[in-house]
Amino acid sequence: MNVEVQGVHWLHVLRDVSLTAGSGRVTGLIGPNGSGKSSLLRCVYRRIRPDRGRVLIDGADVWRTPAREVARQVAVVAQDTPADLDDSVEHVVALGRIPHLGALGRLSAAERALVAEAMETCEVTGLARRPFATLSGGERQRVQLARALVQQPRLLILDEPTNHLDPRHQVDLLRLVRALGVTVLVTLHDLQLAAAACDRLVVLDGGGVVADGPVAQVVTEDLLRAVYRVEAEVERGRDGLPRIFLPLPGPGGTVPAALARNGAAGGTGHAGTYDVSREPAS
Amino acid sequence: MSSAETGTGVRAESPSPPGAPPRAAGGRRLAFPGVLVLLAALLGVSLVAAVGLGPVSIPFADVARMLGHRLLPWLVQQAPGGPRAVIVLDIRLPRVLLGAVVGAGLAVVGAVLQAVLRNPLADPYIIGASSGASLGAVLVMLAGLSPFGPLSLPLSAFAGAIAAFALVLALSRRGGQVAPARLILAGVAVAALTEAVTSYIVLTTPDKEVRSALFWSLGGLSGTQWRDVGVPALVVAAATAWAVSRAAPLNALALGDEGATSLGVEVDRLRLRLIVVCALVIGTVVAVSGGIGFVALMVPHAVRLASGGDNRRLIPIGALSGALLLVWVDVAARMLNRPDEIPIGVITAVLGSPFFLMLLVRADRGAPR
Repeated sequence: MNVEVQGVHWLHVLRDVSLTAGSGRVTGLIGPNGSGKSSLLRCVYRRIRPDRGRVLIDGADVWRTPAREVARQVAVVAQDTPADLDDSVEHVVALGRIPHLGALGRLSAAERALVAEAMETCEVTGLARRPFATLSGGERQRVQLARALVQQPRLLILDEPTNHLDPRHQVDLLRLVRALGVTVLVTLHDLQLAAAACDRLVVLDGGGVVADGPVAQVVTEDLLRAVYRVEAEVERGRDGLPRIFLPLPGPGGTVPAALARNGAAGGTGHAGTYDVSREPAS
Repeated sequence: MSSAETGTGVRAESPSPPGAPPRAAGGRRLAFPGVLVLLAALLGVSLVAAVGLGPVSIPFADVARMLGHRLLPWLVQQAPGGPRAVIVLDIRLPRVLLGAVVGAGLAVVGAVLQAVLRNPLADPYIIGASSGASLGAVLVMLAGLSPFGPLSLPLSAFAGAIAAFALVLALSRRGGQVAPARLILAGVAVAALTEAVTSYIVLTTPDKEVRSALFWSLGGLSGTQWRDVGVPALVVAAATAWAVSRAAPLNALALGDEGATSLGVEVDRLRLRLIVVCALVIGTVVAVSGGIGFVALMVPHAVRLASGGDNRRLIPIGALSGALLLVWVDVAARMLNRPDEIPIGVITAVLGSPFFLMLLVRADRGAPR
């Protein structure tokens, strides 16, 4: 399924965004916090209506297509799912069939097998009877992915799907997503993962597209400096993919004195899953 | 998460349909149609029994015969007439039937509101819609207007319910979302205010038509006549059928607005329609039975505990259970303090308040069942 975003404006969040996500390819959306990634995804899955511009899936304007019709082809793993859901995991996963249900709303045997299979694939079968609310963040994320798979989408939209996942599940999720062979539109904060998982990257900053192209062309030291305002070192690995190092300053950094304890100011913070190399203390 | 190639194992045990509860370990749960038939039969028997119970008790068999003759005159012999027949056919029967209709309507409204507002504490009485309906009805009675004939009263109660609803939702909205705690707080405040205005109007008006302050705050079914039953029965039946048809999208709302949208639910439109339908039911029900609290809260929760949260089951089972509950609560209202009656809302409050507190504690703990 081909996705075309054409000149989309929305409030002050999105400014003239155009991009194409090719059929069967994994397109990554990256950009700093507040750059409009999630809003753009919401325009694609018909949650928000652009003020101007349009979103086409296989040539059809999503806002001229009935919601149910869109949901039969587009599945979403969004960032904020209610944490207070009393329903069991199995029930939440089965909700994915709703756009496909007939008037009676009954699941066929094939659909029930599909639900079981999706739970197996996402390794949540063991949690089937647990109330969703009692799961950890990573488990919830996997349940949501299983629910999205049950929808049998042709376009899968993932908003920060690796949040809360440990490294193994991050890798498994992205590998699974690639193996599905459907069109994928995904936002990721982890540039290293994004570079490895996506065929193409689109960079948003301040609500507009600032770069769009093959991974190796997009992830550069210049981009990190211009868009993320970090001084990073980007090298090429043997696979041609970028390796990103985010050097953190040692003690004596730039924390306001009032926040620093015993003068031991300075970033000993963490930098996500990036390789971190620390400069020697001066 | 294993990769797609390895994830082909189909479990022998299939999962339940959307909205279905986790099945009991033994799997010995009565099938859904069985539950409906059982509840319907129970309701039928209860209606006949309830007609016989009151200050003047009439044996079950006599009631059954009188009703049987009325329904199937070619099959059942003419029953003895006289004052007992009047009591059964013209006083008790409409009252008992209206009780069933009101109970069903309140239970359906409760189930729908709890799903639509994603709030386990939602109940039209608690969030002010019932008192809004009372005020609307009282105002129209006071003005002596009936622009829509016999429908004036339910319509004005509907308008009152919608107005109260809109006010409560506007007050509880924060950042485009209805905050659960604010909904309850705003509802309680609006309920208190509208109820005070209603009470003031009723207490300062000599007009007997306006009914008593007690009726509007605690409800009651005494004095029900046949003409009171038709409109509520139609409205409740239609609303229940429609709510059942929207049960799958209601289930999807559990995932939040974002999640439901991604499942093809037009969330805003669905929510608006469901709220209007709920207000319509509340209006028609309150116009004839006053402010009966807690039924809408209790029944859906009790049903959820027994048969899970799938709205496709919850709504029909809740309708029958609500009817059953209110028929018997009304019997208690007639019998406990003979020959005087207890307002029906006193009994539902005694039953319902502990329920409310239990839910509150559970919500507070943030611990699901």
